[in-house]
Parts: sequence; structure tokens; C-alpha cells
Amino acid sequence: MTRIKQFSLFILGSARLALTGGKAYWTWVGSLLILIVWGVAAYATQLRDGLIVTNMRDQVSWAFYIGNFTFLVGVAAAAILLVIPAYVYHWKPIKEIAIFGELLAISAITMCLLFVTVDIGRPERFWHLMPFVGSLNIPSSLLGWDVLVLNGYLLLNLFIVTHLLYKAFFKRAYNKALIVPMILFSIPFAISIHTVTAFVYIGMAGRPFWNASILAPRFIASAFCSGPAILLILFQILKRLKVVDIKDEAIWKIAELMAYAMFLNLFLFGAEIFKEYYSATHHILHTQYLYSGIHGHTALVPYAWASVICSTVAFLLFLFPATRKNLVTLNIGCLLIYAGVYIEKGMALVIPGMTPDTLGEIYEYTPTMTEVRIGAAIFSIGFLIFTVMCKIAIPVLKGDFTVDSLERSG
Amino acid sequence: MSQDAKGGDVGRRDFLRGAGLATMATMATRFTGASPRAVERFLATRFTELSPDEVEAILADLERDYSRRFGKEVSVSATPPMDDVFFGYGLDISRCIGCRRCVYACVKENNQSRDPQIHWIRVLEMEKEKGIDLAESSPYYDPEQVPEEDFFYLPVACQQCRNAPCTRVCPVKATWQEKDGIVVIDYDWCIGCRCCMSACPYGARHFNWAEPELPAVAVNPDTHILGNRPRMKGVVEKCTFCIQRVRNGRYPACSEICPVGARKFGNLLDEESEIRYLMREKRVFVLKEELATKPKFYYFYAT
Repeated sequence: MTRIKQFSLFILGSARLALTGGKAYWTWVGSLLILIVWGVAAYATQLRDGLIVTNMRDQVSWAFYIGNFTFLVGVAAAAILLVIPAYVYHWKPIKEIAIFGELLAISAITMCLLFVTVDIGRPERFWHLMPFVGSLNIPSSLLGWDVLVLNGYLLLNLFIVTHLLYKAFFKRAYNKALIVPMILFSIPFAISIHTVTAFVYIGMAGRPFWNASILAPRFIASAFCSGPAILLILFQILKRLKVVDIKDEAIWKIAELMAYAMFLNLFLFGAEIFKEYYSATHHILHTQYLYSGIHGHTALVPYAWASVICSTVAFLLFLFPATRKNLVTLNIGCLLIYAGVYIEKGMALVIPGMTPDTLGEIYEYTPTMTEVRIGAAIFSIGFLIFTVMCKIAIPVLKGDFTVDSLERSG
Repeated sequence: MSQDAKGGDVGRRDFLRGAGLATMATMATRFTGASPRAVERFLATRFTELSPDEVEAILADLERDYSRRFGKEVSVSATPPMDDVFFGYGLDISRCIGCRRCVYACVKENNQSRDPQIHWIRVLEMEKEKGIDLAESSPYYDPEQVPEEDFFYLPVACQQCRNAPCTRVCPVKATWQEKDGIVVIDYDWCIGCRCCMSACPYGARHFNWAEPELPAVAVNPDTHILGNRPRMKGVVEKCTFCIQRVRNGRYPACSEICPVGARKFGNLLDEESEIRYLMREKRVFVLKEELATKPKFYYFYAT
């Protein structure tokens, strides 16, 4: 068999796998497709009428889309919380499941890129961002760097995952000399997508809420909570469905690592709060807008407190072995972390940075239905990609989907 | 591949662009029925890399488009910076009465969208008792008559920073500072990511959230390609010191209309200029000096 023929066999088999499934599978995929169509229709309106269909204005010129983008960059880097114990410390129980972290990274980065795309005013000019073809402003623009590292991280993970699955499909060992260095390289790469995204904000000297160096470490700490929260729930589903045998100790270990990450996140948050309220300069206005509101503008206050409470409770649940090892409290903890970080690294980061605006005006932003629909569609695309990739990866890893099985079934 | 004056880098770039994008664009025009020049314009490079011939062709195109759209002759120039000129602006806070004539003269001169309204100048009303305090200011004051007894006014537009945070963050080099100090935007190159708006500490940059509405009767037909030519939706715009006027030796519209003479404009390199005179004789300051943006827009109290 030639290489091209082999690869097309793999692709064809994968496609067939993705297109066959039970009632539950199709209900899930069908619901995602409905949400996608609903959101694409909203995006068509936005393309026709402009970003006026959002509630962003000159005062708050980045909002829901960029907030979601920022949160998802964190989710994407979660893969390394599995990669480090698996490949640096050779911890076997995690090694078996590390690939799901990479699948999650691919889905999350795709969502990131989509959120940026729907946020820009002239999407047809995206090619101006391409190195050599356009005029990418490197090294001066942090957003320029972000384009490079995000796409690089996406390609890296795509390559690793495809290689691993492809080799397993043909029942051959993967190329260790190639893949292990790439996986190790993905660790600093994941840190870089965070750091560069944080630097986009930190670099804005005129926005004191963002212009704080603590933002970068906080990005990393909170990312090590939100991404694994999704994975822990996924692992239990996979275990329940008996698709992959994931040991309890692996799940507990990840939960324990999340507790440390959340502690660091809360500590850095406390440091930030101390600095703002003790010095009480004009810069405190943004923090006040977030936690208590100013001049009766309190749109974000309930969300801000919900985030603090969710994160603190989750931290406690993950800290104590008793609640960490109890499936019910563990899952509650995952949901709380996810909600807490979604608020913190999304809207609660972007909106207060711009409220009040640089000349002191308060424009209170809440997303429009169009923004929510487009956001829901992007999340659905991400979930769909993740679902389909898992649908292929699981049987490959179990050894149910190989070149032989394909030939047997004709 | 022939090496033109611009060197091999541009040659490769043209080649890459030619190969991939031309096919895409040709297909796009086939579906949308746009004119073939639209394809060339879409594929054109950014303003600073255009050859003089390409600039001429684009100016002619724009003039034809605008004249057809508005039913009257519209001229688009690309007048370059003058030698030995570096523009600066002075604003006398003690004279300003907050009448906002500058705001509307600016809109009229610079073809801003009337719906949604875009204003390049924001006049902030401040309480005399509190002094300059942006957090306590309001741009939406609306009394019967100005000035009000207990208030003073601080008009803010682009501060034309020497060390401009907005140009630095642009991911596609669509905005830059010209030799005469004016910070401009290439509307044909801006992708509308609004990074510059996040970076600007003065709220000076404005986005076309919708297709700008500019009635034909209101169009100022004397335009500059980097300044007041009609814009499109999805791009950022800002004050250019009225580039179409000042590069031809005229004053910006805001300083010409000011009924109390609070607005001064001139060449910072010319010691005899009015701006240099008041910097010497009065005491000037800039907004948010702690950010080290080094504005060329100075405020002062002349009385």
C-alpha cells in the first residue's frame, strides 16, 4: 500500500466512524448542528449590518467575543497538565489519557480563532495578518505574536494527535524520536500562548486594570483549573461507558493538582485586591465597578461575586481528600471551577478594563442576543470537533478500529 | 523573478499573494459581480508600500467611486508631508466655553458618519471645585447656555503622541506616524481588530460599528486618502489635524471655527510660530504625562 493510499484509508475509516452512532450520539450532534445554524444566521446579520448588532461601542470596544477568546486560550493550555505528569514524570495512569488533553487543546484553539474572527470588523482582510503575504507587525504588536503562537500550537497538537492515531490505526509504534520532543516542546508552547495573550492586555498602559504584571501568572494558574475541570468530567463519562479504563488515582491526582493551581490563583487574586484597595488610587475604579458597582452601574457585580464564591468553594472541595475522592463533590467542584474561571477570565477581565473608559465615562455593556447566538455557535463547533475526534480516537486507542477491523468489515 | 527597486522580499510577497489570493478574489468577483478594479484594490498592498503610479490609480478610482456615489465632484489627494514641518496644537483651557462648535465643524470637515454619529472631539465638562478630574467629568452636558458658572471645559481629541501606543499595537501596520507628526490610518488595510482603541489612553480612536451614513449634501468634497475621505464600516478612524487642510497651509477646521480663539495650531520646528510662542510665554502641560506618550497636543491657561 502506498502512503497516500494508507492515509486515505485512515481518513475514510475515520469519516465512517464519525458518521455512525447511536441515538444518543445523533441527538447530541443534531443539537450542536442546530445551535451552529442558529448562530451562523446571526453572524450573517452581523456581516451585513456591521458590529453595531453587538452592544460593543467606542467606550467598551472589546467585550463578549474577546472575553470568550481569553478564557478558551486557558482551556487550550490545559493539555500540558496531563502532558507533564505523563511524559516528564512518566506516570503511566495519565499517559494513557494524555491524548484527550491534546484533543481538547485543538478544539479550544479552533474556538479561540473563531472568536477573534467574529470580532474583527473586516474579516475578509484576515490575510493581512499572514506572515510574508500580509504585513504582520512583529515584534512590536502582541496581537501579532498571538496570531503566531496560537496557530503554531494548533498545528503542533494536530500533528501529534494525527500521528499517534494514524500509527495506532496501522498497529505500528509511533515515532518516539519525533513525537516525544514535540510533546515536550508543546509545554513551553502552551505557556507561551497564555503569556502572549496576557501580554496583549498587560501592554495597555492606559488601562490600569490590565496593566498589571500579575495578570500573566494568574492566566496560567486559572488555566490549570478550567481545562482539567472539563477533562475530569469527560474521563468519568469515558469510564462509565467502559471505553477507556481510567484509574481513579489518575482522576484524584489531577484534582489534587487543580487544588494547588486554584490556591495560587486565589493567592494572586488576593495580592491584587490588597494592592488596589490599600493604595486606593483612581485605578481602583475598575475593580470597584466589578465588585460593588459605581454610580449605580452594577451589571457585573453578581457575576463577579459568583466567580469568587465558585472558585473558593471548589478550592476547598479539591483540597480535602475526602471530598476530592467523592464523585459527587468532585463533579460539583469541576462545575464550580469551570463557572468561576469562565467569569473571571472572560467578561470580568475584559469589561472592567474598559469601564470606566479612558476619559472616565461609564458605558454599561451587556451582550446582545446576536452575540450570545454567535458565541453559542462557536462553542457548538468546538464541542462538535471534540466529539468527532473522541469518536475516532477512543476505538483507535482501544484497538477496535484498526486497518484489520476495517478490512474485515469491508 | 525580476528584482525591482523594492528588493526580493516584496517580489516573493507579490508572488505568494498573486498565486493564492488572486484565484480567491476572482472567484469572489464572479459571484458578487463587482468591477475588476475592486479585485486589484482588495489585493493592493498597504499605502506606504505603494508605488507612485499605484497611488495615482487608487486616487483616481476613489474619486470616480465617490463622485458617482454622491453625485458631485469629489477630489482625493495624497499630499505628502512638507519638509521641516512638525505639527503641534495648543488649547487654552481658560478661554474654552464648551460650545462644541469645534465638534461639529470637525464632523462637517472630516465626513464623519452622521448615523451612527462619530465625533473625533469630546468636550468634557468639569467642576471648577474639583479641577481636572477625568473620572468626574461628563461629555453629555446639555444646559440652556454655556459656559455654566461652576464649570470649565476640556476638549479632547487625538493627542498625536510622539510615542503613540496605538501604532505600536496594530497587528498589521495599518496605522503610523507621518514625517510631519500626524498619526494616520490606512482605511484600506485596517482589519478592524480595535487593538489601537484599547491602547489609546485618550479615547481618540473611533470605530465604524455600522456602514457610515453620510448624506450627499453634507459631503466635503476636498479629501485626503489618509484623512477625511468617506470611510467604510468595520474600520477605525481618528483626528488627523485635518491633514487635507494643514498640508496645504490651512488651519484645522476646529481651530478656525473656535469663537473665542482657544485653539492654536502651528509648526513646532518654526520658532516664530504661534504654538512655539505660547510654549515659550505660557506654561503648557499634556494629558496623562505619566504614560510618557509625549503628545503634540498641549493644554495651557493663558489668563
